[in-house]
Amino acid sequence: MAKAHVYKRDHVNTDEIIPARYLNTDDAAELAKHCMEDLDTDFVKKCKPGDVIVCGDDFGCGSSREHAVWSIQGAKVGAVIAHSFARIFYRNCIDCGFYPIELPGAVNKINDGDELEIDYEKGVINDKTQNKSIQFNPLPDFALAIIKDGGLLEHIKRKK
Amino acid sequence: MGMTITEKIFARAGGKSSVRPGDLVNAKIDMIMCHDVTTPPAISMLKEHDIDRVFDTEKIVVTPDHFQPPKDIKSAELHKRLDTWAKAKGIKYYYPLGKAGVCHALLPEQGHIRPGEVIVGGDSHTCTYGAFAAFSTGIGSTDLAASIATGQLWFKVPASMKFTLTGKLRTGVYSKDIILEVIRRIGTDGALYRAMEFVGPTIKSLSMEARMTITNMAIEAGGKNGIIGFDEITKEYLDGRLKGEQDYTVYESDADASYIHTDTVDCSTLEPLVAFPHLPSNGKVIGECAGLAMDQCYIGSCTNGRIEDLRVVAGILKGRKVNIRTIVVPATPEIWKQAMNEGLFDIFYDAGCVISAPTCGACLGGFMGILAAGEKCISTTNRNFVGRMGSPKSEVYLANPATAAASAVEGKLADPRNYL
Repeated sequence: MAKAHVYKRDHVNTDEIIPARYLNTDDAAELAKHCMEDLDTDFVKKCKPGDVIVCGDDFGCGSSREHAVWSIQGAKVGAVIAHSFARIFYRNCIDCGFYPIELPGAVNKINDGDELEIDYEKGVINDKTQNKSIQFNPLPDFALAIIKDGGLLEHIKRKK
Repeated sequence: MGMTITEKIFARAGGKSSVRPGDLVNAKIDMIMCHDVTTPPAISMLKEHDIDRVFDTEKIVVTPDHFQPPKDIKSAELHKRLDTWAKAKGIKYYYPLGKAGVCHALLPEQGHIRPGEVIVGGDSHTCTYGAFAAFSTGIGSTDLAASIATGQLWFKVPASMKFTLTGKLRTGVYSKDIILEVIRRIGTDGALYRAMEFVGPTIKSLSMEARMTITNMAIEAGGKNGIIGFDEITKEYLDGRLKGEQDYTVYESDADASYIHTDTVDCSTLEPLVAFPHLPSNGKVIGECAGLAMDQCYIGSCTNGRIEDLRVVAGILKGRKVNIRTIVVPATPEIWKQAMNEGLFDIFYDAGCVISAPTCGACLGGFMGILAAGEKCISTTNRNFVGRMGSPKSEVYLANPATAAASAVEGKLADPRNYL
């Protein structure tokens, strides 16, 4: 069961997600050790595979470093739910086959520690702890297809 | 209904007669910028997916800059991967150490930016090149890989915001203050997914260097791109400088183009601004914050590391001493040489500064001026996020070069107008 890690913060930037002092590598396992380090030094310890990050507006703003997505994927985070995403980060997520869930008001709808189940295609978050289901706008089909293939390059390769 | 410059460029690049905001366009890419942090992973991806090719060896510019020269073994490995690939592929415009500079200062300076083109780069500040009436935006490594191999990329045409700049900048106020003011007004996501078009009479008084400072920080408002129309100043900068193709197409926004947001900045009322931690939108006028003690001053970056900026700093430091650690980082080798030839290095040395090789360096917390916990840095750079220049407990204050220099002299935030 995926657990929610809620940060009531807007503008969580890529420097917080993966600080530049670790950009001297592009190894996802190495980057994963420092995921969200400048926001919450304990995040990696707390995060179990499949867990979900929940944040406010403009998640992933700042640098174009895809390392931010790789560190989140490397830490085996299941999903990021945010009120809104910064443009380059959002695009990088889809390119990497990682689903960014846009949900206005998320930090007030989901509590820290809630158990979540997510249906990506239907656009439903089932909050088991609060016993409620929350709708979100699912990604369009073309983006879902990229994610299902595991990312843009894999998608391009398969189409050929 | 007319189109904006950004829309016209997308129509051309997508082979359409017209486009509207929200349209998806598969655009032909005219130029790609590659550096040492985001390109090596893109190269690895291309190899892994068996599409290890380059769409055009003359439409890719490669320069290591972030950890340049390599700061440690791991970054040396990144440089080695970049170097091996650039040589193996026969990339025509490869700028290795000695030629390498901060990418967004280097590409325009070396004549790789043409009006009307679609330019992408593996760096968020790629929006800088919009100062030349080009569409230019930052992308991640996967998009970079796809662009390198295919020369194409899909885009959603952004809605445009228009910022009309009027009035003459007063002494001590620079284009940095214009963009800090715009970001202060609309916030760090105020232009999310949008094009930021800057127009108005004040533009005519700004050099290309000063204009690049404005478009450089479009991303700090969340913008997809920043763009400024072509004029005689653009032409003068480009003449004799362009490498390769000399022709370019000038697009102008139609009078009846539509904008999702319009705003006017009366630049004659602006004062030097300092963006407080930890967002570029936290601008305060210097009069309200002068006196706050600093530990370091950083002069450099793709925002304000060009020769004009160094001249402004030297003008204030001449005959004075700095009271805090002050690091001057000319953004490219040409700027470095120019500053040396103009005698600026003597001024910096005599004032007690250290002069670095061209690098992104400490701007992104790489090296060459990292901050310890509790330290404060006045900086001419573009971001003041938590941990941006070092310890997550350090603080970065963004300002124009004159404010930074005056603050270096006093060792605390200082009004540059007292020195001009």
